[in-house]
Amino acid sequence: MSAPLTASTAAITPGARPVTGFWRRALRHRSFALGAVLSLVVLGAALLSLVWTPWPAYDIDVASKLRPPSAAHWLGTDVLGRDIVSLLLVGARSTILVGVIAVGIGLTFGVGLGLIAAARKGWTEELIMRMSDFTFAFPAVLSAIMLAAVAGPGMVTSITAIGIFQIPTFVRVTRGSANAIWAREFVLAARAAGKGSFRITIEHVLPNILSILIVQATIQFALAILAEAALSYLGLGTQPPQPSWGRMLNDAQTLLFQSPMLAVYPGAAIAIAVLGLNLLGDGLRDLLDPRLARER
Amino acid sequence: MREAPLLEVKDLGVTLNTSRGPAQAVRGVSFALRRGETLGLVGESGCGKSVTALALMGLLPESAVISGSVRLDGAELVGLPDAAYCKLRGNRISMIFQEPMTALNPMHTIGHQVAEPLLRHTGVSAAQARQEAIALLDRVGLPDAAKRVDAYPHQFSGGQRQRITIAMALACQPDVLIADEPTTALDVTIQGQILDLIAGLVAEHGMSMILISHDLGVIAENVDRMMVMYGGTVVESGATDAVFTRMGHPYTQGLFRARPRLGARKGTRLKTIAGTVPELADLPAGCTFADRCAIVEARCRAALPAVVDVGGSHGVRCIRTDVSMAAGGVGA
Repeated sequence: MSAPLTASTAAITPGARPVTGFWRRALRHRSFALGAVLSLVVLGAALLSLVWTPWPAYDIDVASKLRPPSAAHWLGTDVLGRDIVSLLLVGARSTILVGVIAVGIGLTFGVGLGLIAAARKGWTEELIMRMSDFTFAFPAVLSAIMLAAVAGPGMVTSITAIGIFQIPTFVRVTRGSANAIWAREFVLAARAAGKGSFRITIEHVLPNILSILIVQATIQFALAILAEAALSYLGLGTQPPQPSWGRMLNDAQTLLFQSPMLAVYPGAAIAIAVLGLNLLGDGLRDLLDPRLARER
Repeated sequence: MREAPLLEVKDLGVTLNTSRGPAQAVRGVSFALRRGETLGLVGESGCGKSVTALALMGLLPESAVISGSVRLDGAELVGLPDAAYCKLRGNRISMIFQEPMTALNPMHTIGHQVAEPLLRHTGVSAAQARQEAIALLDRVGLPDAAKRVDAYPHQFSGGQRQRITIAMALACQPDVLIADEPTTALDVTIQGQILDLIAGLVAEHGMSMILISHDLGVIAENVDRMMVMYGGTVVESGATDAVFTRMGHPYTQGLFRARPRLGARKGTRLKTIAGTVPELADLPAGCTFADRCAIVEARCRAALPAVVDVGGSHGVRCIRTDVSMAAGGVGA
């Protein structure tokens, strides 16, 4: 859009800024819109739980255990008489917390190492890549079990394990896309203008791979949620009484034939969160594609 | 006594590590460039022109082995640590690249990119650098520079982008400008304008320029002296007029005959030089042009011929100049 055109549009509708290209395309993109809605539902649930839940999530009322859905308990109660809706809402909190911190760990270390590998080349790159291959060889569950053996099970253990598990993925994605940028002529031009590799990394490489990293982070977030659920299910993650979707699945397991719905609710919650983030990631990939973003 | 050269290159050699083994991309390149002088580098693809330019800029990959000496104002550049080289690049030596479509970062405004070297090498404030960038963009003939300084590269045409890269390269008024095929990617109509612009700016600031091209016409019109490269070596060098009037090397002669000509009879086939460029990883022991030369002898293949001065510092790397420079040259 040319500058004079923007100016005239703004003059016609004062105060109301025209919807910019990205958001207009985003709203029209079906999977992005659906993914965004689902992700916002999960985020909203976690935020809501901070100020309000139908029942206190930690209150045990064995007398009213395993109730079917009713006006008081919308989705019924679990084996300890806790309200399912409240548990799901509070569970969203640990899901998001683990996801954010684990992906944060992965992003910080993975992107940093990947950028160093691409900038330094040679044995530095070789060392970083081989180390990440080594880490990659251990699944999150295995590294969590090893960590839990040393540090004891818990949320910190599972966050650390999932975070470490995320690093090599980010290293690979970053290094691969950064290498492609390093080979571009504008980087050569920047070097010819006297810039050192640190400045080139910050000013030229990072901005150009940011969209790839955002998409990757969204997908890694979904993987982190799955990993958290798996670890909690195995009893290595979030510890009782703190509610977590994975723990709820674990609790429901023994009652699968009496109250199958107990397993369905947290399962559905996990599915919604993972599906939402995957759709969001796919949508972002389309939307941030430089060939389309040119319309800016 | 003559003025000391600004840039002095002695016996420059570059060995690149390729997948096919070490390749001698450049061998024994020597020249001196005085302040305000322009030098043309001509030759076909893969003859070592760009590698020479990158070697001067210190931008070769780390695996490349550089020998010989490059002196800027008497200071040795070969083996200079990267941090020190960074202070020179964009400041005292600048480069214009072949592809204006890719030489600008799509994520930054053009004003930012032109102001960058100023902020980096001179002590100006951001506001001053911006003003200076606008002045530079104006000087390189970008229409409406003050209004378009915050636009992104994709909003400009190829010719305009090349003007922007020129503004970037000249921001700090370097002593030496290396232009690596600056017009190859542009329309013929724009080519002339850009070359005129570069020539004007070079004269205006008293810069020295190394112009790289495979276009003999571009070289003929824009530089004082020229060097013809083949297979990583300089096969002929001298004042542009001298080389064009008395071409000494069979390769230069072949290159000249291969030009298309106006007024040639319809259906006339272009003359070509038979054979192909030798593999840099597998260069012959003797003259690199031996396999394609019409007047090759056994001794041509024995060792790389020395440069013969054929008068007026016009050098030809050929042992058969007596034949090649006889009236009409070879095979005319």
